[in-house]
Amino acid sequence: MIRDITIGQYFAGDSPLHRCDARMKLALTFAFMIVIFVCGNFFSLGLIALAALALALLSRVPGGMLLRSLRPIVMLVVFTSVLNLLYTTDENTHALLQIPLHFRGWVITVTREGAFTAIFTTVRILCLLLVSSLLTYTTTPSMLTAGLEHLLKPLAKLRVPVAAFAMMMTLALRFVPTLVEETDRIMNAQKSRGSNLETGSLLQRVKAFVPVLVPLFISAFRRAAELANAMESRCYTGTNERTGMKQLRLRARDYIALSAVLLLLGGVVTLNVFFGKIV
Amino acid sequence: MNASVSVELQELCFRYPHGGKDAPHTLEGVTLAVERGSLLAIIGHTGSGKSTLVQHLNALLKPSAGTVLIEGKNIHENKHAIREARFRVGLCFQYPEYQLFEETVEKDIAYGPKNMELPAGEIAARVHRAAGLVGLDAALLPKSPLELSGGEKRRAAVAGVVAMEPQVLVLDEPTAGLDPHGRGQMHAMIRRFRRETGRTVLLISHSMEDVAALADRVLVLDRGHAAMHGTPAQVFARAAELEAMGLSVPPVTRIFRLLREKGVNVPAEVFTVAQAEEAIRGLL
Repeated sequence: MIRDITIGQYFAGDSPLHRCDARMKLALTFAFMIVIFVCGNFFSLGLIALAALALALLSRVPGGMLLRSLRPIVMLVVFTSVLNLLYTTDENTHALLQIPLHFRGWVITVTREGAFTAIFTTVRILCLLLVSSLLTYTTTPSMLTAGLEHLLKPLAKLRVPVAAFAMMMTLALRFVPTLVEETDRIMNAQKSRGSNLETGSLLQRVKAFVPVLVPLFISAFRRAAELANAMESRCYTGTNERTGMKQLRLRARDYIALSAVLLLLGGVVTLNVFFGKIV
Repeated sequence: MNASVSVELQELCFRYPHGGKDAPHTLEGVTLAVERGSLLAIIGHTGSGKSTLVQHLNALLKPSAGTVLIEGKNIHENKHAIREARFRVGLCFQYPEYQLFEETVEKDIAYGPKNMELPAGEIAARVHRAAGLVGLDAALLPKSPLELSGGEKRRAAVAGVVAMEPQVLVLDEPTAGLDPHGRGQMHAMIRRFRRETGRTVLLISHSMEDVAALADRVLVLDRGHAAMHGTPAQVFARAAELEAMGLSVPPVTRIFRLLREKGVNVPAEVFTVAQAEEAIRGLL
């Protein structure tokens, strides 16, 4: 059923990661991702992977949930691994495995370097995904938006309507569950009138969704108009400086987190220099 | 089975896949038989499972256990039976006006019959019959649904279900959000539908006045169980139990009960304003 779709994956908890300031978490997640790309050999990547795992443990988000968030990119990982395995071939590589295809004399060659690259890329992608899901698991969508708004504030000087964008994002997130519910209801109503949404050719199915999409759009516009009225009658103009209900405040733990990431960067750079780059 | 039974539920159980045992909207073994041509009102507190129950009647939901028989036929027998159930049981959801999508009212009412793959002449005939039954002026048929008033939209949407000419018409809160005039028209529509087609009607309502005015029998759901089942008189006589379930009796019934407590000699079984008027005239 459509209501099983989860969008915005917050896991309620009270871990040190949950209590961190949203701005700091956003900035540090971004920094962490850059550090992941700075890694040049298995030693520095290993350090990063350990750090990512430590963060996962610290967040106290159940392992099953974390694995579930990795699921969508399994295909990507497999695809890039296969490409890396097969296409890393030049005169300086060492063949690990040769599979003759018995077709025009073609031979699949898996090289040691190819295997290394495949593993390296996989670990890198997994780390990237892990830290970004940790961010969304430990930060509520509203805090995330508030944090983003604060970080983008300098752009307001360039007349970018940062506050308006943040409000739009908050509202969009707020209405996702409502629209999912609405879609479910309209789908049931049209199914009750005999519309066939499950079978038929692609064209037939697209056509079958018209009776769902039209009422859905009408009601989305109606909701938007109602919401705009409600906001205006409470004097929302979108122009004046708005203050947040929850004030963001940097605390000791945020500076500790910052130092930890800086330390990690130092460690990665040292390991890169010490052991040389392989990728 | 009894040949005069239109809808039969046997030990119907339902749980949402991720919900626990105490989650709302579950059903815990509901057994029920609805006589053909009668009107059964289903009442219950929010989350008691009313809407879940009716979504089983046209196979939108599949029971975790138990069977649903429509006109003696198990609707989950095979794929064909499921599709047949969609047309034999016309399910009209809460606020059905939000499902209107076609350019004209006429086309929208024709959507169900068209899905039944009826010949064009039959579809046109059904659209006009359905519009007549719900009291929708024929002049409104070529208009866009967006041009109609709230009450007219509601009736157009009900017509879309009625046009499938189902054996059983299920209405989920048909009077919700309507003004007294719109409610009166909805009552008249339900009475006309029953009189002219003789079909079975199931009505979910929060309005005890609707129930008192229209129902032959009342089913009370409480946390997924069938708590009471009987005539309106039998059910409304158990006011204390209803109140314990977050329900009530019709306002006139409450007034007459209070009058009796004050020692005024009025009958206890008064459920509608018409009955109340008669009782008071008798007193004067």
